[in-house]
Parts: sequence; C-alpha cells; structure tokens
Amino acid sequence: MRIIHVDQIIETVAKLCWEACYYLPEDVVAGFRRAEKTEASPIGKNILQQLVENAEEAKVNHMPYCHDTGMAVVFVELGQDVHVTGGSFMDSIQEGVRTGYREGYLRKSVVGDPLIRVNTGDNTPAVVHTEIVPGDEIKITVLPKGGGSENMSAMKFLLPGEGMQGVKNFVLQTIKEAGGKACPPVVVGVGIGGSFDKVTSLAKHAVLREIGVHNHEQHIAQLEKELLEEINNTGIGPQGLGGTNTALWVPIETFACHITALPVAVNIQCHAARKKTAVV
Amino acid sequence: MAEYQLKTPLSDEDIQKLQIGDQVLLTGTIYMARDAAHKRMVELLEAGQPLPVDLKGEVIFYAGPCPPKPGQVIGPVAPTTAFRMDPFAPAMYEYGVKGTIGKGPRRDMVKQACKEFGAISFAAIGGLSTILSRRVKSQEVVAYDDLGPEAIRKLEVEDFPLLVAYDAHGQDLYEQEIAKYENYNLNKGVGI
Repeated sequence: MRIIHVDQIIETVAKLCWEACYYLPEDVVAGFRRAEKTEASPIGKNILQQLVENAEEAKVNHMPYCHDTGMAVVFVELGQDVHVTGGSFMDSIQEGVRTGYREGYLRKSVVGDPLIRVNTGDNTPAVVHTEIVPGDEIKITVLPKGGGSENMSAMKFLLPGEGMQGVKNFVLQTIKEAGGKACPPVVVGVGIGGSFDKVTSLAKHAVLREIGVHNHEQHIAQLEKELLEEINNTGIGPQGLGGTNTALWVPIETFACHITALPVAVNIQCHAARKKTAVV
Repeated sequence: MAEYQLKTPLSDEDIQKLQIGDQVLLTGTIYMARDAAHKRMVELLEAGQPLPVDLKGEVIFYAGPCPPKPGQVIGPVAPTTAFRMDPFAPAMYEYGVKGTIGKGPRRDMVKQACKEFGAISFAAIGGLSTILSRRVKSQEVVAYDDLGPEAIRKLEVEDFPLLVAYDAHGQDLYEQEIAKYENYNLNKGVGI
C-alpha cells in the first residue's frame, strides 16, 4: 500500500489544468501541419497556418491557446493499493481544478444551476470519471472541454440491422449539422455499443486517443479510415469556411451491447484538442 | 475578395461596398457581448427600455475573454459560436447594430436581417485567442459586471482581422465555399 496526501493530488490537477490549456499537444499541431499541406481551399489553408502560429505563440508566452478553457473533464485511474490521506479524494480533484483555473488565469465558464445560470466563479464543479485499477499509482488526465464543439455532440440508438452503414450515416449527419459551429478541424470521438451512459463515455474516451493511432481491431480501424475520408469530403473545411480538412482524426471505441441495441455516440472535439496526463 | 482597412463606426457606404469573402482589418471601438448579455438586452428592447450601453451604429463581438495576467490588456480572446446569438440578432440589427463578429454559420433569419437593415455578420477565427488578444489595445467592463466573462466590454482594437461572412446584399460565404469543396478530393481522385 502507498500513502498519497491530497495536497499532492491538488497540486497535480492544478498544474494539469493550465498546462493543458497553454500547450496544445504535439500530435494536434502536427495534424494542423499535415492538413495545411493538403488543404485545397485558400481560406482553409490560411486558417490552418494561423492555428499553428497561435499554438506556437500560446506555448512561448504560456497563455491559453483558446479563451474557452472549457469545463474540466477529469479522468482518474486510481490504483487499488493507494491510500489517500489528508481529506476527501473527490474534493481534492475539485480543489485542484479551482486552484488551476485561478492561478493559470483560465476562463471560468461554469454556471452552477443549468437553468438559473449563475457563474460559480471558479470553474468547478469538474466532471470526474474514476476507475479503480491494479497498482499503487494515480493516473490523472485533464481534458478542458470547450462548449462550442460539445454542444454539437449527439447520441442515437440505431437498429442492430443498420450496422456499419447506419453508424457512418449517423456520424456524417452529426458532422454536417455541426458544420462550422464546432470549430473545425475537429477530432471526432465515436462510441459504439454499451448502454445509454456507456456509449457517450466511450466517445469521450476516444477523444483522448493520440492522433494517428488507430483502433487495434482491424474492422474498426477500417471504419475510422473511411469515416475520416468521408467527413473530409463534406466540404465543410477549417472553421466551416469550406475545404478538404474538416476532421484531423476519427478515433472510435467500442463495447459489448444488448442483443436489441446498437447505440452510437459522437463527441466532437474542436481544434483546441487539449489533454494532459500525469501519474502521481 | 478585396482587402480593406476600416474604422468604426462603420459608415453605410463601407457596409454597402463589402462583399462576402472580403478581408477587413478593423480599428476602433467595438463592444463585446454574448449569450447572457443578449438575453437581457433583447428583453429591454422588447419592453421599449433603453440599453445599458448605446450600441446604435456599433459592432458587437460575440466573445468572453480569459482573465488578463498581470501586465496584459486582456486575456486570450476569440469569437464564440455565432448561431447561439441568432435568435437575438435580428432585433439587435433592427435597433441599429451595424456589425457582429462571431464564428460559424448562422441561420437565414440573420442573413435576411443583414440585408433588411444594412448590416454585416463578420467571421473571425474561433480559438485564435492568443493572436487575436494582441489586437486589443484596451478594454473596460461597461455593463452587466455580474456576468463575469459574459459582461459587456468596450474594446479598442487595432487591425482586428475579419472576413465578411454575411453581407448587406444577402450573400452567404459559408454556403458558397462549402459547395466548392464538397467531394473535391473524390472528384480529383486524390487519396487522403
């Protein structure tokens, strides 16, 4: 058994919040560069060049890449041999988010009650997904999720007989409806299978996968390739202003499901595809 | 697709000459307001009450910035998704707003309002927040301070880069450009 004090968790989460917002992951910047080389639209090409410059400026000046520093989505893999001391584990995650958004000069974008809509002032509460895993470490990932692309995400139960083509149609329909509103070039996280709650979680987890890495199942990897090509054939392009690069990547995650069901979820991630992981 | 350097307030002559796809570097005063501020303002307009800030003839920037670090004028800032302001936009254009700045496509109600009231809906690049924040030379909260990042701010901008997305002649840049690139690679036989 390993003892970890909550102060260490608070400090780690706080740092992850601002690091995620300041330093766009290398795989995403590389994705912009690849897209810029192939982009057929002059407007789209110019946008992609500016996104690369923006990422560089943000990195050098330690500033948020995008002003929408999101609602913090925190993924925790908690080792079963860890004993947390000094306070509540879940409170320490929230305190880490509170500290990170304050000290990092990140925007506070959370309202407490969804209908009364008063800003909580500290960007809490964060959404926390916790999984108990073997080991004596805590792996924490912060995904600051912007509102524009999250708003365009969707979920549907298809009929099992609709199969692969049904999934494709639903993903393409979701992307077309989102258009420029989701701030493309986007990463299209797709979940297939599971239950009502599981499928959206799969889509969200998919967004965390590095750009360029396919699903290990061959038929799913093939679906990822075909969907990427079809999404880029929509013409939506960077910022929805036309072009041949609408998506940077289409990561798909799957899970077993009920004999009656074929749930599909699409979690759209805008070009500010931020994520940062640390192990305590 | 022409390039212009324009100053606010935009004249009717400026507005009439602008066509979709034109690039504009805008200098002068603009006002920042987004969802919550628009809801309040349109309620005031519907009740025949004055707005907390006179926005007749002005340009509204749909955005909410990060807090500034010490020494910064403003934190990172870029436009938010314009379509969420669509239900409010026709009333604001009718009131006298001459331009709005947002990102992403908008509904026909906005296209029609731009034509009817002689106004522009500009696009700036969403998420280009570090770069765009450098074009803001001053800012102050002028209304609805309680809304935090959603308060109405008065900004002085210099050469703020914009594209004309919807002009006063009823044209739509998104529709025009997307049609050009639909199945572009498929038709050219380019593999991805």
